[in-house]
Amino acid sequence: MDFALSEEQQLLRHSVERLFADHYAFDARKRYAQEEGGFGRAVWTRYAELGLLGLPFEEQHGGSAGGPVETMIVMEAIGRALALEPFLATVVLGGGALRFGGSAAMRAELIPQIASGALILAFAHSERQARYDLADVAVRARREDSSYVLDGAKSLVLHGESAQKLVVSARLAGGQKDRDGIGLFLVDAAADGVSRRGYPTVDGMRAAELTLTGVRIAADAVIGSPGAALPLIERIVDIGIAALAAEAVGAMAAMHEATVDYMKTRKQFGVTIGSFQVLQHRAADMLIALEQARSMAMLATMMAEEDNVRERRQAISAAKVQIGRSGRIVGHGAIQIHGGIGMTMEAKVGHYFKRVTAIDALFGDADYHLGLLAEAGGLVAA
Amino acid sequence: MPTGFSASCVPIRAKKQEGISFLLIDMKTPGITVRPIQTIDGGREVNEVFFDDVKVPAENLVGQENKGWDYAKFLLGNERTGIARVGASKARIRRLKELASLELSGGKPLMADERFRAKIAAVEVELKSLEMTELRVVAAERTRHGNKPDPASSILKIKGSEIQQTITELLLQVVGPYALPDQVPHDESERWNEPPVGPEWAGPLAPQYFNYRKTSIYGGSNEIQKNIIAKAILGL
Repeated sequence: MDFALSEEQQLLRHSVERLFADHYAFDARKRYAQEEGGFGRAVWTRYAELGLLGLPFEEQHGGSAGGPVETMIVMEAIGRALALEPFLATVVLGGGALRFGGSAAMRAELIPQIASGALILAFAHSERQARYDLADVAVRARREDSSYVLDGAKSLVLHGESAQKLVVSARLAGGQKDRDGIGLFLVDAAADGVSRRGYPTVDGMRAAELTLTGVRIAADAVIGSPGAALPLIERIVDIGIAALAAEAVGAMAAMHEATVDYMKTRKQFGVTIGSFQVLQHRAADMLIALEQARSMAMLATMMAEEDNVRERRQAISAAKVQIGRSGRIVGHGAIQIHGGIGMTMEAKVGHYFKRVTAIDALFGDADYHLGLLAEAGGLVAA
Repeated sequence: MPTGFSASCVPIRAKKQEGISFLLIDMKTPGITVRPIQTIDGGREVNEVFFDDVKVPAENLVGQENKGWDYAKFLLGNERTGIARVGASKARIRRLKELASLELSGGKPLMADERFRAKIAAVEVELKSLEMTELRVVAAERTRHGNKPDPASSILKIKGSEIQQTITELLLQVVGPYALPDQVPHDESERWNEPPVGPEWAGPLAPQYFNYRKTSIYGGSNEIQKNIIAKAILGL
């Protein structure tokens, strides 16, 4: 297997790292969090200028036809920087919905706006009662002449309050947990009947609860096959998980490096704490966890757009398990070795720890995905 | 040190700990500045305290002058037994089971999930073991001599902190996706009147998980406690 990045990919990585080195010092991040929407609007423009927002989209609409590896490169840098901008929500999740299921007209209209930074999207699929079950959809959609009317509530919509357009799943037919009967729709956030309540999340970002009351949308606002959209939703979630795996690796790498630096400089009892074998072993354990996570983020990237759905879902689940576990090992070790300072808001390490914890809680935690794999009889066929 | 036998004036280095006295100080005394330190869960339970020419009445001295380190060691010994928090962990496991019975996953309560129940049983066994160990340490106090804290209290501290952390991890699993919303007000100005996001019990669970990373650090880090065990109990 060839794991080397192409020259173009290395250039991409270099330019993204430069972007964050120039604009994402820790106190800059604090300022961006205070802005409306909880992210740096000017920095979002920098993302657009670098072509990051058009990354996975077709070139004819202003994209750069990047693949999953390009997304992985950007997400890892986002993880290292603890960046707050809605790249995952807009480009990966919302963008994935458009790429895999949007009509030609929808793509022609919206992709240029995403690429320019003008349009922010949010993916509204989770519901209060569903926990991690993607098929559990209670929001209802009914066909009325040439429109659809949506009613219900969505929960934990990442960057939901900042989005001008929302990708919303709703049930056209079937029982609440049926795999069939689900549709995916593009909803204008300013439409009548849409109300949103935004709130901060523990990792310094923002999410929203969404209520839909008789929201009327045109028939051409459908994404994918109405009534058979669950495979599309699963595909979107899978590329989302692959992206989050890369972001988690970036965060873990930063935590690990900060820890090793600390071990080399912090003195106690007259010597650097890095001279204590117990801590050396712990740092080595953290490295093992980091590398295992990195490997699985790569596997997830490689499998994110795999045609064999069962193999794709299993690889993604395995990656989610690994990054959840590794996030804990690296996070716990980083805080412990930093000691009391690691527990403060002032130090960066605690923020990385909160971000990897939040990532574990998104789209199914490690335990949930382990359960899926266990039910399927394991990762590899007997 | 000069050669030969005991000279008439041999410099004796005083031990670092001598010269420490224990004072009770009214926090309203002029010259005291308290600066809160915000921890990663958003709370402000720890602070920096600065003393600038603070006058404390002599009768606020605890015990004898220069004996402060002995009193501190005694308190640290007490801290180590109390810090095991067996009672608090029992209560928290009860709460864990309550919440796991409310939270549904795949249509059934998490408490009905075999793998989850096994994790709870495992931590309950650890806690029962710790409880018994603590009773043995307490009983041994009756016949122990000397004014040094029982090094066995290091066992209580290490296990107690690990169990507390495991329980917060299980509670984090119960809260699932609702670990995400930041709902515990960080100070008075942040209190809000909105209904909770997700279940009404979800708010404190992720912050508690973050906050409890401190238990393996404070009260003498677990690494230090293992050094104490190795030296004071095992003679290594």
